[in-house]
Amino acid sequence: MNYNPQKTPKDAQQKPILEVRHLCVDFHTAEGTVHAINDLSYTLMPGEKQGIVGESGSGKSVSSLAIMGLIPNPPGEIVSGQILFHGTDLTRLSDKEMNRIRGDKISMIFQEPMTSLNPILTCGSQIAESLVLHRGMKKKEALAESLRLMEEVGIASPEKRMKEYPHQLSGGMKQRVMIAMALACEPEILICDEPTTALDVTIQAQILDLIRKLNEEKGMSVLMITHDFGVIREISDNVIVMYTGKVVERAPADVIFREPLHPYTKGLIGSIPRITKERGRLEQIEGMVPNPTEKIEGCTFWPRCSYATEQCKKADPPTVILGMHQVKCWRYREE
Amino acid sequence: MSRQEEQSSGNNTERDYIVRAQDVRVTFKAPGSRDTVKAVDGVSLDVRRGEVFGVVGESGCGKSTLGRALLGLVPLSGGKVIVNGKDLSTLSAPQMKEMRRKIQIIFQDPSACLNPRRTVREILTEPYLIHGIRDRKKIDEEIGKLIDAVGLAPYHLSRYPHELSGGQKQRIGIARALTLHPEFIVCDECVSALDVSVQAQVLNLLMRLRGEMGLTYFFISHNLNVIYQVSDRVAVMYLGRIVEIAPYRSLFENHFHPYTEALLSAIPGTSEGTKNRIILQEEVPSPQNPPSGCHFHTRCPKACPICSKEVPAMREILPDHFAACHLYDAKT
Repeated sequence: MNYNPQKTPKDAQQKPILEVRHLCVDFHTAEGTVHAINDLSYTLMPGEKQGIVGESGSGKSVSSLAIMGLIPNPPGEIVSGQILFHGTDLTRLSDKEMNRIRGDKISMIFQEPMTSLNPILTCGSQIAESLVLHRGMKKKEALAESLRLMEEVGIASPEKRMKEYPHQLSGGMKQRVMIAMALACEPEILICDEPTTALDVTIQAQILDLIRKLNEEKGMSVLMITHDFGVIREISDNVIVMYTGKVVERAPADVIFREPLHPYTKGLIGSIPRITKERGRLEQIEGMVPNPTEKIEGCTFWPRCSYATEQCKKADPPTVILGMHQVKCWRYREE
Repeated sequence: MSRQEEQSSGNNTERDYIVRAQDVRVTFKAPGSRDTVKAVDGVSLDVRRGEVFGVVGESGCGKSTLGRALLGLVPLSGGKVIVNGKDLSTLSAPQMKEMRRKIQIIFQDPSACLNPRRTVREILTEPYLIHGIRDRKKIDEEIGKLIDAVGLAPYHLSRYPHELSGGQKQRIGIARALTLHPEFIVCDECVSALDVSVQAQVLNLLMRLRGEMGLTYFFISHNLNVIYQVSDRVAVMYLGRIVEIAPYRSLFENHFHPYTEALLSAIPGTSEGTKNRIILQEEVPSPQNPPSGCHFHTRCPKACPICSKEVPAMREILPDHFAACHLYDAKT
């Protein structure tokens, strides 16, 4: 599991910046307890771009909220596991200590820029807020810095936009303001939760291009959470595939597209229409993501899996490492 | 687009077209001001019987409004829509009602378009009652066939929409559109709200039903991969106008309009990688105040002086492949 991101061989000796170990998150709902995250483990290296992909309900967003300490409690609860940031367990920090890290060392951009910005503050002052808070800047100084940030993320005529409110901006512009906010304190990790899902494809290309540029120039690690394999392919060094709160497969991005191992990953990749492949009937995974309150014995994917055997129905498969892959399926044995 | 008819459709007769749009214009009043928005600004196209006609464009380009205009669901401010040889604007109310059996729509958000207080059976029965079919036995028999055709089980008929998943709700949306044996269905972003594994199931279902029932789809989507997967011909829209229209393979291989080129290159995860990507600057201008001449000239990397002055005409560049761009003025 400790293979290194491909594009940064010089970091081979470096320690991971973030390590998630055996994380379990439950939500206590009226219908019963939902195990949103089930024994999730992964590492993120400095400068690495890690993609997390999964369908709705796979727990990919919850895992990022857990890192940010934003799981609403109640109903949510981190039951067990650790989230180590430079060796410090974030799950053990007090709210006050977490506030110092959030928005400073680790920042996040969300799917819907329209609901994530404060509608009654101007864009400039929203960006300045975290600079005043984390960097102890004076308001004036912070505003000057936010002007620079807005320029950096490619907002046209930033002097004018600074004084505007979010509703006056288009979706793509709002997402840029969000990115400027997230970058204000030069975070070490940028978590992007479906950052382009609400945007048009030409605007999506602009935003992905910006995130890639920031990763290269500033060396910050990126955790890209999305349901879109195209986006993942575009921006990740390594890919984690999640299903029912578990990692079912992890591999370098180019490897996972060439030879996916887990039947779920195979099905998922086969079910995406793509203009680069010949047209035909799309592969499809039968059934749908199970209701999260439902308890499935054994591997949670077996009811939809065409390879399922008796063994799959009885016991949850262990995670095995096969070359560049890490896969959780009974079809594979350690070499 | 009379040119299109003459040149490429010599062997097509009026009966081969199920829906024809001729210089269709739809204008909305902008809220809170006297401005008008030309949502659809002079669109001409012919949908051939039995084909999947894909329409792709970014939000606000007027693709959904165009779909509604073809069904007579929005008033036209110019041009006409001809369905099965009949101009919709000349039909009387009873004739229009009869016509609606033949032309249906599947919406994007299945949660928003199913009545939450009705069971699936009631939802699927309503179209029959509206059209004066009251034979319960016949209706139940038809509904039974439909629910089977869309891959659901009879017990789903007694469920309410909130008890179904997104994919199941979309199947109900499809079943409802099929109740009265339509010939032409507008699919308005009908898989956009679904997860990829469910999206594949619904796309496969739509294509199977098309074969079994001889349907024609007008398939609207912002997702170029989906459009490629299903369409026979594709129209690319930008700010209320069609900029390119071609058979799918020709469009994806030889796109001529710079907007189509940029749009295709913006698809994430394509094999050319990021090297040849054309990143368009800025954003789509407001449709309230569209640029003069060719609407795309403000963002076009290949814009010339003429582009801001004259609206380019649709030209046939390859057989059945049309583009509206001044770059090709000299070549025809």
